Amino acid sequence: MAYPTNFRYTSEHEWVAAPAAGAKTARIGITDFAQHQLGDIVFVELPAVGTELVAGQAFGTVESVKAVSEVFAPVSGRVTAINAALVQSPELLNSDPHGAAWMVETELSDPGQATKLMDSAAYESFVAEQDAAAH
Amino acid sequence: MSDNPTPAPAPIRRTPLNSAHRRLGGKMVAFGGWDMPVEYSGILPEHRAVRERAGLFDVSHMGELSIQGPQALDLVQHVTSNDASKLHLDQAQYSGLMTAEGTFVDDLLVHKFTDRHYWLVVNASNCDKDFEYICQQNRFDAQVVNLSDDFTQLALQGPAALKILQPLTPVALAPIKYYWFTTGKVMGVDCIISRTGYTGEDGFELYFDPAHAERVWYGLLEAGQDEGILPCGLGARNTLRLEAGMALYGHEIDDTTTPLEAGLGWITKLSKPEFLGKHVIERQAAAGLMRKLVGFEMLELGIARDGYSVLHQGQPVGHVTSGGPAPSLAKNIGMAYVPVALSELGHRLDIQIRTRSVPAQIISLPFYKRAR
Repeated sequence: MAYPTNFRYTSEHEWVAAPAAGAKTARIGITDFAQHQLGDIVFVELPAVGTELVAGQAFGTVESVKAVSEVFAPVSGRVTAINAALVQSPELLNSDPHGAAWMVETELSDPGQATKLMDSAAYESFVAEQDAAAH
Repeated sequence: MSDNPTPAPAPIRRTPLNSAHRRLGGKMVAFGGWDMPVEYSGILPEHRAVRERAGLFDVSHMGELSIQGPQALDLVQHVTSNDASKLHLDQAQYSGLMTAEGTFVDDLLVHKFTDRHYWLVVNASNCDKDFEYICQQNRFDAQVVNLSDDFTQLALQGPAALKILQPLTPVALAPIKYYWFTTGKVMGVDCIISRTGYTGEDGFELYFDPAHAERVWYGLLEAGQDEGILPCGLGARNTLRLEAGMALYGHEIDDTTTPLEAGLGWITKLSKPEFLGKHVIERQAAAGLMRKLVGFEMLELGIARDGYSVLHQGQPVGHVTSGGPAPSLAKNIGMAYVPVALSELGHRLDIQIRTRSVPAQIISLPFYKRAR
């Protein structure tokens, strides 16, 4: 699966999308690499609207059949919307991690923060290294 | 320099099918000192394949110990809780390898080949410990041999298992009853063919020379193709056994739990003249239990996991031994030790899931039982 070029990525395998032109909110999710590592996802726990996310701190939980994983905020910001469809259908994370399975929408407290994260090319080489290390 | 240098960590062990697992896209993990596939196509599809059709597991990490000699039975009877004297030739039984305190060194299958020859199938991570323990207890001049490296073990499980295996062997499989076994050729390879498993489904376990591991593995997958067989990993093995209410060493049972607490009174034969820990278990039976293993289902959204606290009126009263989603039951289930007073069916308890306390209800075990 291709990694969208308008996303920025963390080494913990979260993404943050670039805000639409003129908008201050951005969607956050986990990457295709992450969903593949986790396996079949059966449960997603998201924060309430209004929660202040702090970059690098856990804000949600994703559970596969076998394991519980925390999801860390790639950037700081206030949650303006959560993806209720994802809570209903956690398997969306396996089928469309960069699209329909967005987790939360946030109003970024520092729009420049995301530019310090990996771009798609850097993230692609990062996960290629992780794959190589695993084999 | 230290007088007692710490030994180098034991190297990770691989079954003869390691490269086959990688070729099939298996996601490899360390389990009990072994490099094993946790899943190939996914735990959910693999779980469904076993319940509805068939799945093939490499369980070669399991250990095999042979016990031979005129007093072989005496040694087996001394170290295990079930009554091996009741076994017929070619019959197997589930049993406990017991400490002198009436707790588990391991759980195992006892197979009877002859009056003087028994075979124990034990957990991978306990195999060396079990072997040493049985040798220590051997005052019966029996020959105890660790045959683990001499056998590949495959588990073909699911309702289509018999249909898939039958064309590959001249042995008539239908007459082999559950927990009985025979010897014969499968694809020309000498096998022990046992109608046993750890999934709650019908199926067979095959034991044979590792030299033929890949041929038999791929042969079974090919033979089962039309039936929709899938190679299955340890992930599905765990969800299947959890639904079937089967104990896993290190979770439901260990050297701090007795068979009575674990609901395994049926493999504990106090009518036997003697076995290790018998007097402790007798005392416990007479005095009554303090705690008991129960099955529960979550009543609200949330997945109980191994080690989570069980709460009664906000106070911790026990812990979850195994928990997770039950793919065939469409609910989240688990097993836990709780005080006997709180262990009745229908009783409500809470599971501490991170910051939330989520209600659960005690339900009967096994969670899943196949139609026969």
